[in-house]
Amino acid sequence: MIKFDGVTKRYADGTVAVDNLSLEAASGTITVFVGPSGCGKTTSLRMINRMIDATTGRITLDGQDVKAIEPATLRRGIGYVIQQAGLFPHRTIVDNIATVPYLLGWDRKKARARAMELLERVGLDPKLAKRYPFQLSGGQQQRVGVARALAADPPVLLMDEPFSAVDPIVRTSLQEELLRLQSELHKTIVFVTHDIDEAVKLGDTVAVFRVGGHLAQISDPATLLSAPADDFVREFLGRDRGIRRLSFVPAADVPLSPPPDTLVVDDGKPVGWKSDDGTRPYGSFNPATDSLRAALDAALLSVNGVAVAVDGDGKVLGVVARDALDAAVSGVARG
Amino acid sequence: MDEPLIRWDWIARNWDNGSPLAIRTLLENHIVMAFVPVVFGLILAIPLGLACARWRLLYQPTTALMNIVYAMPSLALFSILLSVTGLTQTTVIIPLTLFSLAVLIPSVVDGMTSVPDHVRQSATAMGFRPLRRLILVELPIATPVVLAGTRVATVASISLVSVGALIGQGGLGALFTDGWQRQFSTPIIVGIALIVLLAVAADLVLIVLQRLLTPWSRARRSA
Repeated sequence: MIKFDGVTKRYADGTVAVDNLSLEAASGTITVFVGPSGCGKTTSLRMINRMIDATTGRITLDGQDVKAIEPATLRRGIGYVIQQAGLFPHRTIVDNIATVPYLLGWDRKKARARAMELLERVGLDPKLAKRYPFQLSGGQQQRVGVARALAADPPVLLMDEPFSAVDPIVRTSLQEELLRLQSELHKTIVFVTHDIDEAVKLGDTVAVFRVGGHLAQISDPATLLSAPADDFVREFLGRDRGIRRLSFVPAADVPLSPPPDTLVVDDGKPVGWKSDDGTRPYGSFNPATDSLRAALDAALLSVNGVAVAVDGDGKVLGVVARDALDAAVSGVARG
Repeated sequence: MDEPLIRWDWIARNWDNGSPLAIRTLLENHIVMAFVPVVFGLILAIPLGLACARWRLLYQPTTALMNIVYAMPSLALFSILLSVTGLTQTTVIIPLTLFSLAVLIPSVVDGMTSVPDHVRQSATAMGFRPLRRLILVELPIATPVVLAGTRVATVASISLVSVGALIGQGGLGALFTDGWQRQFSTPIIVGIALIVLLAVAADLVLIVLQRLLTPWSRARRSA
């Protein structure tokens, strides 16, 4: 667990970057620091591995004060990923990933074997191992950055806006990759972003910072969306937080009805809604894995407002009419 | 008088005739007096450049001083040094070393500046201590810029050695004084040709070296 206890960072010119911050980042979870620029989120992150030292207050890592640990030693035990990946241009991909193992004095062969394992783990082609960073795309470089941070298997990972410099499609795939990795690795991750959607998507806990280094609210994403602490948080969350809140409600409880005759099914899979000239489009969702938001989206995509429920193999389980969905949605709204 | 521009037989006779003015001997001296200053220059420029990159306040005064030295006529420097080092190669090597510093110190500083900040930061964040970071991260990344400066310094040094002929230590420059004194064009042309060839050859060697040392810098995208 990472614990901030009354932490303040005041610079020599009197600017206060972080003001009396107290919070906890639970082990094995993703805690996201989010806020506008100048809110002290990055400063707070960098105080954990002592890239910046706190002026007053204490930061502890599993009970141990970080100031009691020599900085280089502390940093070798904490993975770090930054926006431009920060890869070493003069080293091959495999050697970039093996950086911390080399620093820790692992033998070269073992370090490289570990690096190759991570290269695949983050979804990259092992053929890239001997390339140099400039030969990779931005998204690939960022994956290498994540692999490098994981190389020595640190329990803690600090990520400073790691996905904000890549295009939206690549960003989405990197986010999903991170969630997949985290479900296997259970690291204690502190993730900084200015993008509230990213925060809500990735965070088990979201800490919203306001300008001047104050913590405005810290809670799980669903609570954040349903009960913002004040106007600042409400404004920062944006307009459609009601809809986004549905992302955190599983669709499993929505009652299914048997598929009507108007649904054309081929080999158990939906084809479309029957009409005079063939079939019309439908929307589907998987009640086992999808959220109420996905179910509502599926209903809106169907010409008749009826969402099709399918299993993992895409076979029809049943349908959900709009009134059943409306009931589920109003259930959420009532809390 | 029907004197040809080049008398090939003169070249053949004077290539390696055992005299101190044999072309081969002059070429060897030229190479020593041209390269030693660049090597010394690099040895001095790396710590000085690193100091200037680390403490930026030093940089302006250092370059100003180096430019003053660079602006001084080599002849003036020779006459100052003559009383100390006499008519030796050292009298040529010292000013040329100073001249090469004027090019190499800014190269080292520019090389260090070329290290992207996010790379330096991520090195620190992964647990590099400053000395190791300098040797394993910053200096390797600075190498292409330093080598580019070294190419300029080397070519300039090869050309400048000839001025040493004024104190009898000019390597191939001796061919110019010889040619002028006797109104005889062959040594002058041989001198020019060999100096140009030497400069081109040295530059090619450095280009090859650059490719071998920094395979990652070819077609490097903006980081």
